Amino acid sequence: MAAAAELKLLEKSLGLSKGNKYSAQGERQIPVLQTNNGPSLTGLTTIAAHLVKQANKEYLLGSTAEEKAIVQQWLEYRVTRVDGHSSKDDVRTLLKDLNSYLEDKVYLTGYNFTLADILLYYGLHRFVVDLTVQEKEKYLNVSRWFCHIQHHPGIRQHLSAVVFIKNRLYTNSH
Amino acid sequence: ECVVPFLTRPKVPVLQLDSGNYLFSTSAICRYFFLLSGWEQDDLTNQWLEWEATELQPALSAALYYLVVQGKKGEDVLGPIRRALTYIDHNLSRRSCPFLAGETESLADIVLWGALYPLLQDPAYLPEELGALHSWFQTLSSQEPCQRAAEMVLKQQGVLALRPYLQKQPHPSSFEGGAVSNEPEEEELATLSEEEIAMAVSAWEQGLGSIPPLRPQQNPVLPVAGERNVLITSALPYVNNVPHLGNIIGCVLSADVFARYSRLRQWNTLYLCGTDEYGTATETKAMEEGLTPQEICDKYHAIHANIYRWFNISFDIFGRTTTPQQTKITQDIFQRLLTRGFVFQDTMEQLRCEHCARFLADRFVEGVCPFCGYEEARGDQCDKCGKLINAIELKKPQCKVCRSCPVVKSSQHLFLDLPKLEKRLEEWLGKTLPGSDWTPNARFIIRSWLRDGLKPRCITRDLKWGTPVPLEGFEDKVFYVWFDATIGYVSITANYTDQWERWWKNPEQVNLYQFMAKDNVPFHGLVFPCSALGAEDNYTLVSHLIATEYLNYEDGKFSKSRGVGVFGDMAQDTGIPADIWRFYLLSIRPEGQDSAFSWTDMLLKNNSELLNNLGNFINRAGMFVSKFFGGCVPEMVLTSDDQRLLAHVTLELQHYHQLLEKVRIREALRSILTISRHGNQYIQVNEPWKRIKGSEADRQRAGTVTGLAVNIAALLSVMLQPYMPTVSATIQAQLQLPAPACSVLLTSFPCTLPAGHQIGTVSPLFQKLENDQIESLRQRFGGGQAKAPPTPVVVEATATAGPQQIQVLMDEVTKQGNIVRELKAQKADKNQVAAEVAKLLDLKKQLALAEGKPLETPKGKKKK
Repeated sequence: MAAAAELKLLEKSLGLSKGNKYSAQGERQIPVLQTNNGPSLTGLTTIAAHLVKQANKEYLLGSTAEEKAIVQQWLEYRVTRVDGHSSKDDVRTLLKDLNSYLEDKVYLTGYNFTLADILLYYGLHRFVVDLTVQEKEKYLNVSRWFCHIQHHPGIRQHLSAVVFIKNRLYTNSH
Repeated sequence: ECVVPFLTRPKVPVLQLDSGNYLFSTSAICRYFFLLSGWEQDDLTNQWLEWEATELQPALSAALYYLVVQGKKGEDVLGPIRRALTYIDHNLSRRSCPFLAGETESLADIVLWGALYPLLQDPAYLPEELGALHSWFQTLSSQEPCQRAAEMVLKQQGVLALRPYLQKQPHPSSFEGGAVSNEPEEEELATLSEEEIAMAVSAWEQGLGSIPPLRPQQNPVLPVAGERNVLITSALPYVNNVPHLGNIIGCVLSADVFARYSRLRQWNTLYLCGTDEYGTATETKAMEEGLTPQEICDKYHAIHANIYRWFNISFDIFGRTTTPQQTKITQDIFQRLLTRGFVFQDTMEQLRCEHCARFLADRFVEGVCPFCGYEEARGDQCDKCGKLINAIELKKPQCKVCRSCPVVKSSQHLFLDLPKLEKRLEEWLGKTLPGSDWTPNARFIIRSWLRDGLKPRCITRDLKWGTPVPLEGFEDKVFYVWFDATIGYVSITANYTDQWERWWKNPEQVNLYQFMAKDNVPFHGLVFPCSALGAEDNYTLVSHLIATEYLNYEDGKFSKSRGVGVFGDMAQDTGIPADIWRFYLLSIRPEGQDSAFSWTDMLLKNNSELLNNLGNFINRAGMFVSKFFGGCVPEMVLTSDDQRLLAHVTLELQHYHQLLEKVRIREALRSILTISRHGNQYIQVNEPWKRIKGSEADRQRAGTVTGLAVNIAALLSVMLQPYMPTVSATIQAQLQLPAPACSVLLTSFPCTLPAGHQIGTVSPLFQKLENDQIESLRQRFGGGQAKAPPTPVVVEATATAGPQQIQVLMDEVTKQGNIVRELKAQKADKNQVAAEVAKLLDLKKQLALAEGKPLETPKGKKKK
């Protein structure tokens, strides 16, 4: 999904009615937002944080210092690790790490839904749709989290809903 | 190994919070501390941190990996990160703020400084031209908390402290793919503005009329007030050897491209070079060949001149240093330095051979190493332990010529007081360097000399073959070559015109470009400027010092003694035309990093770039005009596609100019090939050979495409002129390009072959190089065989050995000596070394036997 399209999704899910115009820069097609009252902003997470503030939903950036730092940590993870790494092995490592991280968590920060969940969901969507039933079961925590986020009101929009089976088929693998 | 339980790849630093959560990136950790202290997040900081994570880090890890793990240096390290550094610099200077996010330092500054510090603390990796980055980095580095942090993390080991961590990281190969993005030209080409297209079209329409008349040839060439006066020198090759390809590309050929380019721009240009003829090396060679030093110089000067003529080097003067002018000017500079108190006398202890009645230069002494006891240590260095030796410390020293034992004698010498001149030098550099085109390696070398502090330098030698020292008590001495060799440029000019001072004492009007390999930088960038500044005679000093790295041969070095590599005189025997050599050498010019000559690569470049790309395009364009239009350039009706092509070509032409103005010779060559690639594509897409058989409209379209293509070919012939002068002239003759258009290159692309222009006979420009041809050349020049050369021929020596046999023996001794040295340097097997040493001793014995009488001129050709 191109960054501009993703930002459009985010705008909608944040309830921002007036859409912004985005251009893309360089071979990696980094999104650029020309703001009305200042210099342009470059970069997916930078623009996303800006949109959150525009929508007056600062709570999505975290409420305590710790939570804010964790949100930014996962946003950084999203643009450095999830984007651009599309080899099978990379994806596997990524899912494995995330699966282990999410073992005791509902959302990325723990108990609060944040921008990190939204962008990681958008970023992972293209990988998760291709997972086999067996893989989804292997990355059980990721599947649980992903399924949860895609049902969060207003987030998924036109993205395809990924089907997860509730009962386990491959009990041996655990 | 595994720091964060949920991350597979080891990652540091990591901060574990009280809640059990981890922050596993530097910027997240720093952000957390800033948030704790009450800071509010803002867009600009977010943007910098995102850029740091996505752009800077990949580039930086690649650079650090090359530096620390692979031990690379210079441009190899700087290359991947240069774009990121420039980006920071531009941002700082554009906003004219001292810090990244405003007037005070912020989170962004801390994170970026911390990331960059390990690399940038070495000034070699902080490019001088990035002034804003420079001062930002210095400001932060000088702050106490930053200093303490750096101390704690790097533990005074510098960047090497990162080694254990970096070694665990994967090889940054994934980055190299992205690094190709230092060629943003192609991308930019896709986005032409309407304005650019309009300008290209209007320049095209101006045609031949826009080309100014040729500036008249002067003789002699002298600076003209109000014009751009370009004085170009190429390092003076030592007379006593035949130059190899590395020498040729390093100086004369590079300087030639620039000189030819400079003339194409109609700049007032003087290009000079010559042979450097004085010194011990010449005396040695003379003894070896049984000639007088003067005879040696005459012989080799002619060899050099012939080689450069064959390579089509466009010297205005190719002179030599053994002239009365050299004596006059050197002595004058010396006298001026002396009266101004920049020269002092001191005694030096030196070895003197009473038998030969002379002081021995380091290379004439051999003895036992005072450190390791090795028997054949040289006067300057021991080949076994590698320590530097002061010749008088050798035990059992021997004169290499007569084998008698020299004695230590003290001798008076003159020293140039460089410490006294250091301040003037720094002032001059401070004015000259910023904004100039000094290559990064030259800046680096000069900086490191200055950092260590200049020391007095002995400028006299106990020799005969040199410029005499005009001072009482110094009648038996001459100036040391490195004092007077660089004065050679001045004296060579003085032999060309008696008005030489208009070039050399005219810093306001003259732009001096000096070309050399990096080993010559100290003499040109430091010693000569010091002498000239101390002489207080308004000398013209180097404005742009252009130094190349080294060219290797296949996998090793060029070696005359081992017969490895291609030397100037052999290139002509290969049957490959000079222009092909020029093209290949220039396309691998060691610009920014060492490069290697490779036969396979030469074949590849010739067959792909020259034959299939450039040659194919120019030939097709010309052939279409001859075949379809009777040799007469057809009418051109430009469509918007054609106009876009004009603009693309113009952009690439401007890029070529930008690069050559900065003397980036190798890169500019790529622009030529890019234009011809555009041309080939254009022909391929428009298929004039089909359209010519079609309707009236199709035929007209074929005419436009052919006409535009042949005009691009004409433009290429001029752009090619600095690189391949003969091919350029051939194309221009084939196309009958009007005279002024042949020798002037504008920054725009006018139509120089208008409709109705009659072209000449078109024929192919390049020949294919075949595999067997190249393979046999590779074998002939010993490429790739790093093993020891075949055992030397043992020549029977009799008591009445002729000079020819002695010569052969001497060559063998030298050759064998090198084999031994080579083996020892490689720490080869002891028995093998012993065997080779035995051979060497045997040869020496034979030589001693054979040498009963004084040497005469050898009649036969020297054995290779």
